[in-house]
Amino acid sequence: MGVKFENVTKMYPGARPAVNDLSLEVQSGELMVLIGPSGCGKTTTLRMINRLEEPTGGTISIDGRDIESYDPIQLRRGIGYAIQQTGLLPHMTVEQNIELVPKLLKWDEKRRHERTRELLEMVAMDYGTFAHRYPRQLSGGQQQRVGVLRALATDPPVILMDEPFGALDPLSREVLQTELKRLQAKLQKTIVFVTHDIDEAMRLGDRIAILRDGQLLQVGTPDELIRTPQDDFIAKFIGRFLVLSKAPVDSVQQFMQTVAVRIQRELPQGGRIVQIADVPLWFWIDDEGVLQGVAGEVPEGADQWNSVNWTNGDAVCVRETDSPDEVFGRLADEEAEALPVVDEGHRLVGIVTRRSAIRTLSGALRRVEA
Amino acid sequence: MSWLADFWSTYGSQILPALGQHLILVGVALASGIIVAVPLGIILTRFPRWSSPIIAVVSIIQTIPSLVFFALLIPIIGIGLQPALLVLFLYSLLPILRNTYIGVRSVDPTLLDASRGQGMTSWEILYMVELPLSAPIIVAGIRLAAIYLVSWATIAALIGAGGLGDLIFSGIDSENTNLLLAGAIPTAFLALIIGFVFGQVRRLVTPRGLRAEVVTKRDLRTEVVVG
Repeated sequence: MGVKFENVTKMYPGARPAVNDLSLEVQSGELMVLIGPSGCGKTTTLRMINRLEEPTGGTISIDGRDIESYDPIQLRRGIGYAIQQTGLLPHMTVEQNIELVPKLLKWDEKRRHERTRELLEMVAMDYGTFAHRYPRQLSGGQQQRVGVLRALATDPPVILMDEPFGALDPLSREVLQTELKRLQAKLQKTIVFVTHDIDEAMRLGDRIAILRDGQLLQVGTPDELIRTPQDDFIAKFIGRFLVLSKAPVDSVQQFMQTVAVRIQRELPQGGRIVQIADVPLWFWIDDEGVLQGVAGEVPEGADQWNSVNWTNGDAVCVRETDSPDEVFGRLADEEAEALPVVDEGHRLVGIVTRRSAIRTLSGALRRVEA
Repeated sequence: MSWLADFWSTYGSQILPALGQHLILVGVALASGIIVAVPLGIILTRFPRWSSPIIAVVSIIQTIPSLVFFALLIPIIGIGLQPALLVLFLYSLLPILRNTYIGVRSVDPTLLDASRGQGMTSWEILYMVELPLSAPIIVAGIRLAAIYLVSWATIAALIGAGGLGDLIFSGIDSENTNLLLAGAIPTAFLALIIGFVFGQVRRLVTPRGLRAEVVTKRDLRTEVVVG
């Protein structure tokens, strides 16, 4: 379910427009971050979606239907809402807080409790330990988790989040951001997320809308904003990502390891098994040096080499000519600690490891800081 | 102890009915005060612009000395139980009204925003959020009103409403200290007991999640691990 703003304006008496002629479409399943300096209209924009504020002009529609045509109460019950100060009711337990809207919607008790259990499990909070605690018996991070769970309680397709992690210490904030990303990858909600923290926006946003003085300046993926900021204000706003977004090296060779190739065994049928730099990966290459297979473990006894479970080398290898960006990304995302590098003839020429990637990136960071 | 026994055998038969009348005076006045002032206080929170003038008017009623007030009402509604109840009722309004207004207004606005944003109606917000959270403050106002009423009700004896004030004033008139004490001591005890009872009620209506013993029982181990 997408959310669409068409020429939306919000005026308060005697002030310049809080939101001015805003048109923006949030795609279904997308996490859209609204960001900008304070007073830019991002929170007002968010609050118009569940009609906590009524627009002065223009229309907002959810899944193609004008929200004006809904009863505000019903509309809000169908949209998740999480805010910075958690808004958890202090006189209700974690369970009662999460079940508030399900209860208003007259879910029966069994279904409500099952849902609470399921939600708490999603964020690794034990039902037995936490369900019957009061908000004040929780840490800030736990409270905020419950605040997010409450927004998810009825499994609404659209969720609004107004700086939900703003009041947390940096460490908890990062933990919760990671958790939200993981949840979002699984649940694919349409999320409108307000923040003033550009790091948070870059980390979470599928797309980011930058607002200033009630105007939408630019909307795009984090990458688009970094590469093609529309003007100086935006470039400055997202400024320090510019340097980091460029790969600190030009080619894979610059952080590939080639030294200490250890030949483990010559194979009677031709080819050999080698290991590079003591990384626990074994490569099977033929007589021309072409990579045939990769294995994460090999048996002790030399006579058992035939039983090794080889992965096709082409499937996991990195080409010398690949962009370093892409290789860093693969090292970060894939299970393997290291990836083999091959040249144009598919010959094994070295490996890239997470360690070498980190060393390269941290070197670049030091250069940036200096 | 024998003095107490003598005292009781002499005045007991007068104290009990007077105490009963006193309790009725206080109880009826307080109950009507609650019925009027609590809803009025809630309504005022919806119209904050009216709150200052209305609370000001009610405060003025409270500043009129009770004796004067009783005297002023005699020409209008005569003497006896009903005028006394009316005055006591008016006196009970202010503490209850003020505490209800302050209590409901003191609920954290972010809670109201979150509740509204989740789709609660204003009625649901009132009875599920605002009233539970302001109940201790409202009950504190009721407690104050009840304690005041116990003492003001003694004055009501002057316009023939009966109660423990009868014994006190008869004791003063007849220079009978014992009779005076037969009115004064139960009045004092009644005030103490009512204060205690409402103190307990206040404790009971304080939501568990707000009580100190719940809040200090944080399990620090899970704090650190999950934090």
